[in-house]
Amino acid sequence: MEKFEPVIVAFCCHYCAYTAADMAGSLRLPYPSNIKIIRVPCSGKVDAQHIVTAFEKGADGVFVAGCLEGDCHFKSGNARAARRVEFVKKYLEEIGIESERLEMVNMSAGMGHRFAQVATEITQKIRNLGPSPVRTTMAQ
Amino acid sequence: MITAERKPLEELIEYIKPFKRILLLGCNECVTVCAAGGRKEVGLLASGLQMAMLKNGSNIEIRQHTLERQCDPEYVEELVPMIDSADAVMSMACGCGVQQVAMRFKDKPVFPAVNTTFMGASERQGVWAERCQGCGNCLLGLTGGICPIARCAKQLMNGPCGGSTGGKCEISNDVDCAWQLIWDRLKALGLQDRYLDIIPAKDWRSGGGSGPRKIIREDLAE
Amino acid sequence: MKTESRLEKVLAAGHLAVTSECGPPRGTNFDEVVRKSKYLEGIVDAVNVTDNQTAMVRMSSLAASIIIKQQGLNPLFQVTCRDRNRLAMQADILGAYAFGIDTMLCLSGDHTKFGDHPMAMNVHDIDSIQMIQMVKDMRDKGLFQGGADIKGPPKMFIGAAANPFADPFELRVMRLAKKIAAGADFIQTQCIFNVDKFEKWMEGVREKGLHKKCYILAGVTPCKSLGAARYMANRVPGMDVPQEIVDRMASVPKEKQAEEGLTICVETIERLKKIEGVAGFHIMAIEWEEKVEEICERAGLLPRPQV
Repeated sequence: MEKFEPVIVAFCCHYCAYTAADMAGSLRLPYPSNIKIIRVPCSGKVDAQHIVTAFEKGADGVFVAGCLEGDCHFKSGNARAARRVEFVKKYLEEIGIESERLEMVNMSAGMGHRFAQVATEITQKIRNLGPSPVRTTMAQ
Repeated sequence: MITAERKPLEELIEYIKPFKRILLLGCNECVTVCAAGGRKEVGLLASGLQMAMLKNGSNIEIRQHTLERQCDPEYVEELVPMIDSADAVMSMACGCGVQQVAMRFKDKPVFPAVNTTFMGASERQGVWAERCQGCGNCLLGLTGGICPIARCAKQLMNGPCGGSTGGKCEISNDVDCAWQLIWDRLKALGLQDRYLDIIPAKDWRSGGGSGPRKIIREDLAE
Repeated sequence: MKTESRLEKVLAAGHLAVTSECGPPRGTNFDEVVRKSKYLEGIVDAVNVTDNQTAMVRMSSLAASIIIKQQGLNPLFQVTCRDRNRLAMQADILGAYAFGIDTMLCLSGDHTKFGDHPMAMNVHDIDSIQMIQMVKDMRDKGLFQGGADIKGPPKMFIGAAANPFADPFELRVMRLAKKIAAGADFIQTQCIFNVDKFEKWMEGVREKGLHKKCYILAGVTPCKSLGAARYMANRVPGMDVPQEIVDRMASVPKEKQAEEGLTICVETIERLKKIEGVAGFHIMAIEWEEKVEEICERAGLLPRPQV
């Protein structure tokens, strides 16, 4: 089997994680190119359907990155996102996809280092898990 | 509204296993409001089913469609152009919607995707609670606007049982004692004496005791 | 006199009445019913026969009542709204009366959630107050609930339950008034441990003159152990066991706890005797029927009057 390179979709809030990713770039901090960033106006804007569709289209992992607890630009979008991620995790298990493939993370706009670290850790975790069962069957 | 909850995916997969092309239906009414079977949930279920079936090695085709009101024949008629290209229908509407579709398309298997649960109201975002059992002879005027049939675990019509504690029902601390609520309301309205009126044994014929119920409005019926 | 019930005769003659209870077995053992009832022979005026108590399936209260009747005791036939619709209730009442059972208790019934069939449907076609009305009309008007004539109406002495300790407290006297208005002849209360609160309730009862319209039998239960006291204090909905009772049970060594429980029960009866409007006692010695005689003896309730 050739070396597996996972596809990871990161829904990043414009007010924190997206800026943090930007900062990681300008600081020239290395993080895996597996991460496909989708900018969202708030992590609370990420619908269950968006996450599930990412998996349906072949993502091996997904993370939703929102502001630190209590710091949401829209008051409680990050808390809603966290609850929604929990809901989708259960749904993924029903479907037969390991719920570890989905994660909620929090950071502030200034945390370029944290973004790079999270991106690296999640990529490593998904690499260990192997390709998503959906992607495997799609390939056949 | 009529509330519902999605059935486990496993059960739904069993239903559709023998079929290749599925028409997955939602409804824009009650099940949309209680987030069980509207357009959004149809999309989510379609993705989930698609992936789960793929994992089982079968590639199915799911067409999604959400009707304005699935319990109304004129909207169900909308399905005529798409029904032939489906081997089976799965509906996320309440039991009424599912049956309406099954009645209209007699040669098409129709499966429910949700468990229809109760007539309820929204307590807050994401929480729905039972409020009415459709007994056909409303008592709310006698009970301070709170229904003892739907909200008392023992359907007591004449006061709280001996298990009412601190405003909660004996069956669970998450359930309010309906009679505590009724009593508080009667007091607030200055109608305490009304409690002493004995509500006589109910005639359940209006509540389904005499078989399936029907309403015919002569002025409207064709 | 409305009926031939021994309980009614005892109460009407002004004696303090005594009732106790006998839970039917969770099986078919006839002798078990006989054995339990023998402990109460000559000790009490009527024996409550529970109806699937705590929503656990048991031998039917009707069948067990008949067995007890055949032993020469006076069964007090309990009927809950949980398990039967009005047809079944009336049918059982006719059957009971045909066997000479003339005293009954109308109850809502514990919710199925607490029993061994939580998946069962609760019936609740009518509630306990509506049942009282129904039985009264069967007796006094000779009519079924549906309106037709009964050939040989059952002359039942009608009992109901009252829980002075449940909430809302201010409604509890009114609820009693409603049961009496519906036709209750006598009341058996929930087990009393908190005598102060019971006294407060009785004040309300006397204010409305309800103790003159119906006989109130005060319920008592001997605690078998500290564990039992704690269980009733914390786990049984609608029970009020004050901390001092639990502490008192805890203050004696384990092997003396049963004795202490009996003493508390006897003392409670003595206190209750002094309360105006208490017409008798309902001693619920759950799975401890053999101790009812001792309690009655010590509380000066024996011998039972001849009526």
